[in-house]
Amino acid sequence: MAEMLKIDNLHADAGGREILRGVDLTVEKGETCVLFGPNGSGKSTLLSAIMGYSTCRITEGSIIFKGQDITHLGVDERARLGIGMMMQRPPNIFGVKLGDLVKAASRNPGILDEADNFKMGNFLERDINVGFSGGEIKRSELLQLTAQSPEFLLLDEPESGVDLENIDLIGEKVKSLLYDESGPVSVQKDVSSLIITHTGQILDYIGADHGYIMKNGKIQFCGKPLDLLRDIRQNGYGE
Amino acid sequence: MPYDESVKEALSKKGAYGKDIDIDDYEEGSKDSGTVTDLESSEYRKYMEHVGVVADEMNRSGTLMFLNNTASHCSPKVQEGLELLSLSKALKVHEGLKDFMWNAMDPAKDKFTAKTYLEDADGFFIRVKSGYHIKNPVQSCMLLSQNKTVQNIHNILIVEDGASLEMITGCSTVRHANDSLHVGVTEIYMGDNANLTYSMIHSWGNKTSVRPRTKCVLGKGSNYTNNYVIMNPVGNLQSFPVADLGERSSATYNTICIAHEGSEIDTGGMVNLNGAGSRAEIMSRSVSMGGKMCARGRLVGNVPGVKAHLECRSIILRDGGSTLAIPELEAHVADVEMTHEAAVGKIARDQIEYLMSRGLDEDQAVSMIVRGFLSGSINGLPEELQREMDAAIEQANLGD
Repeated sequence: MAEMLKIDNLHADAGGREILRGVDLTVEKGETCVLFGPNGSGKSTLLSAIMGYSTCRITEGSIIFKGQDITHLGVDERARLGIGMMMQRPPNIFGVKLGDLVKAASRNPGILDEADNFKMGNFLERDINVGFSGGEIKRSELLQLTAQSPEFLLLDEPESGVDLENIDLIGEKVKSLLYDESGPVSVQKDVSSLIITHTGQILDYIGADHGYIMKNGKIQFCGKPLDLLRDIRQNGYGE
Repeated sequence: MPYDESVKEALSKKGAYGKDIDIDDYEEGSKDSGTVTDLESSEYRKYMEHVGVVADEMNRSGTLMFLNNTASHCSPKVQEGLELLSLSKALKVHEGLKDFMWNAMDPAKDKFTAKTYLEDADGFFIRVKSGYHIKNPVQSCMLLSQNKTVQNIHNILIVEDGASLEMITGCSTVRHANDSLHVGVTEIYMGDNANLTYSMIHSWGNKTSVRPRTKCVLGKGSNYTNNYVIMNPVGNLQSFPVADLGERSSATYNTICIAHEGSEIDTGGMVNLNGAGSRAEIMSRSVSMGGKMCARGRLVGNVPGVKAHLECRSIILRDGGSTLAIPELEAHVADVEMTHEAAVGKIARDQIEYLMSRGLDEDQAVSMIVRGFLSGSINGLPEELQREMDAAIEQANLGD
């Protein structure tokens, strides 16, 4: 397997505090990794650092993506290299229509026809995220990611705030980003992902290769995702 | 005449707002600039079309054009119920029109109205007869083609009881007439249950001075929407249209501006809520790219049961200019519901980066947000305005 992402000794500040304290992580091509960890352990900051958001300032270490050092690259350059992120709480953008962003993000001119499959057909003319419910935000994010069709997915709690009726749709759409379902059997694409989950519900829809537990700004444990999840459910994070 | 004497005195009266201008610095614009018979082959076509005035008149109910101080074009045939004439011609055929002249607008308001009055300025006369709904917009174009001159225009627009009209006015300077002055006085009279959307698109030179003076008087149950858009550099511009509302009438002002470096823009509007149950909304969206921007709004509640809201929002994209938001609420009775919001600041970084994370570069992300900011909150903006705004935003390199 080829190396897709390699993070080496990453230190980063957010809000004036050091949050990441030496993260080492490698994700191979086509590999799905899940990231567990208590609140405030630095999971979302790690995803922000990989995406390049300025809320997070990298102070040490490096991020290599597809062999290229992207540690100090702009957000848009990372997106164009193939990184796409589903935010947990994306900003409201008044006046900008969801449909316009979806169109701008996609090379596929027919992408807007897909919106109904995400139950977002009626949202294309709405201002992005303004007044969206938790589930609507997730569906909107997944529609945007589908438009982008990234090679590396960063998903920050894809199932949080989603009701039981919608969790199936979210799970299936995440699966579509990772698997080719055109044939009789789902085949894993060459798309890699790093997924933050607290409940593990997303693992009902996709297989995961590795699980990591993050604590105090570092990856502390590595294991099989379902084993780690079982252990966390039984014993917590051992704080 | 004593009245004329008081107006003469007003020739030295500064405008209530904005930088003072010495009108004597400008020669009188020509009253003999010739006629434009065919708009499509006119040398001014690109200037007209840049401000939403379409030369082929497709989907238009009629066109009036003023070149300097000359009535250069007036559609010869228009739909039943609509009348388009130059004001000078209209005064010859309508005896009663003189009662509307300087009725809504006080000619002694300031030096600009006084000058227009004393020059006996021409302009457009548009009348929609009672009960008629004009299918497509009527367009008018005010062009300045002579440098160091003043264009003095006096318009009268009448929308009678139960009638409706959409009006698009595009004003511009021909390139070599950059250092000129535009003064346009518009008196609007609306009967009962009438509807008017009056949209102005301005595109001037970076030394042009602009002083529109607009007053609208509404009867009962009428609706007036005033859209004002300026996206290109201007020398200095000051405009403060006023509307007097009758019972159950409403007024909506939408002002959309970009203040470029070197431009001074002072805009806004005032609504006097004089009739029971009247409503008003003043919305201003502006972007400063190093220019001086002042967004005013004044709502005056004079009777109980009125409701009005005022919103001034500004984004500062570049340093070097200034932005001032002045929302004013004035109530003369207890039972009114009047509110305002004002906000000045930069675009939040997380919004820009969110769009960038979808592959847009920073310029594209800023443009998309600014376009949304300028037009997104305004419902029913005419397509032409939207198109002009998009083109201007594209040209403005907002993300630099």
